[in-house]
Amino acid sequence: MLSIRNLRAAAVTADRLDLARGECVVLTGPSGGGKSRLLRAIVDLDPSTAEVTLDGTRREAIPAPAWRRRVALVPAESGWWADRVSDHMPGGDPRPLIEALGLPAEAAGWEVARLSSGERHRLAIVRALMGAPEYLLLDEPSAALDADATRRLEALLAERRAGGLGLVVVTHDREQAERLGGTRRTVAGGRLAPADAPRSRATA
Amino acid sequence: MNAAYVPLSAFDVALAAVFLVLNGALSIRFQLGLERRLAISAARMVVQLLLIGLLLKTVFAISSPWLTALVAAAMVGFAGYEVRARQSRRLAGPWGFGIGTGAMMTAGVMVTVFALTQIDPDPWWSPRFALPLFGMILGNTMTGVSLGLDNLSTAFWRERAAIEAQLLMGRTRWEATRPFARAALRAGFMPIINAMAATGVVSLPGMMTGQILSGVDPQEAVKYQLLIMFLIAGATGLGVLGAVLLQVARLTDERHRLRLDRLRAQT
Repeated sequence: MLSIRNLRAAAVTADRLDLARGECVVLTGPSGGGKSRLLRAIVDLDPSTAEVTLDGTRREAIPAPAWRRRVALVPAESGWWADRVSDHMPGGDPRPLIEALGLPAEAAGWEVARLSSGERHRLAIVRALMGAPEYLLLDEPSAALDADATRRLEALLAERRAGGLGLVVVTHDREQAERLGGTRRTVAGGRLAPADAPRSRATA
Repeated sequence: MNAAYVPLSAFDVALAAVFLVLNGALSIRFQLGLERRLAISAARMVVQLLLIGLLLKTVFAISSPWLTALVAAAMVGFAGYEVRARQSRRLAGPWGFGIGTGAMMTAGVMVTVFALTQIDPDPWWSPRFALPLFGMILGNTMTGVSLGLDNLSTAFWRERAAIEAQLLMGRTRWEATRPFARAALRAGFMPIINAMAATGVVSLPGMMTGQILSGVDPQEAVKYQLLIMFLIAGATGLGVLGAVLLQVARLTDERHRLRLDRLRAQT
């Protein structure tokens, strides 16, 4: 169980957010409303004061690198630090995942500089999943994907959820939110709206 | 000392500036826009050197350890200011001055004191030895430190996504920034490495040239030059290493975050 209470970070606050393994929370809301900042604060990439616990253990008691391996984030803009895709994979064989997202298995050997934005993003998700996180936070995962690639991604996420992966997905796509299922929450004006607020139900 | 020492008159010195004046004229003729800066920096050099000549003469005459330390401290302050001014993105607050200055001072003082105890003038802190030595060591360390720090913060700024992607994969701040720290260290070391490689083949170092011109046996001058180069290289290395590592520490935090919010763009 990932539990967040009274989170205060630069330009975003969240009073209460709970996520069990295998569950999914979909975050929607206007651009600049604080969705990305909220995700960054949860993985501790931006400083925040909060009571965040993972299965009862406080975040501060877990070293940050270990925390980010258990609660992983794929930002909207993926970063790459080496020449080839395979240099970024944390170990193990990424090919089944790469194929599951509709890319050829040899994409592992491709040069990062020649990837399209959609390829980059899918490979960044593969990279994060290879680390076997318990919770995965995705910031606009299908923004650069065509319909087919989006379906493949959603199918993979559903499969992983069934295997116990907890998901937080930021999306602007109403239909994707429907397809992903799970709890719908709104982030607007730098604040995560309460779960039982009528607005979040109304938009569902 | 040999009898070959030829004292220079003020006229000799002024005459040497004739080619600099020619450069200024060329700049005006071809509208290079350099004449102002040439004139200002040349004038600064004249004033600064005349003053330091006067100051050193006085300090040598008084020969007090406190006065010597005070002059050394002022030199560190100027060097720190210079390092700060040479960075396009520097740390906000006192850190922007403190890291470069602290690293330079520690490395410079350590190496100078070590050298003085080896040369062993009487007294060991004799300003006639301590200040010129410290100046040469500090000046070169300053170049290295400012290059290293500037390189590091620029790389962090540019490679933000790449660094954060590594942090997100569970790497530590040291692992995620290693290639950039390494490149910054290389940039800081490069001038002194190049200087050591070219010295004696391409260029005769200024200090040695000065000694030879004032009549010292070239072999004696070489010994002093080697001593100086070793000291400079040692101090530059320590200073650059210390400054870059401190800067990496300050641009990240104990929760392994990249803290670019601590940088300030130069206005």
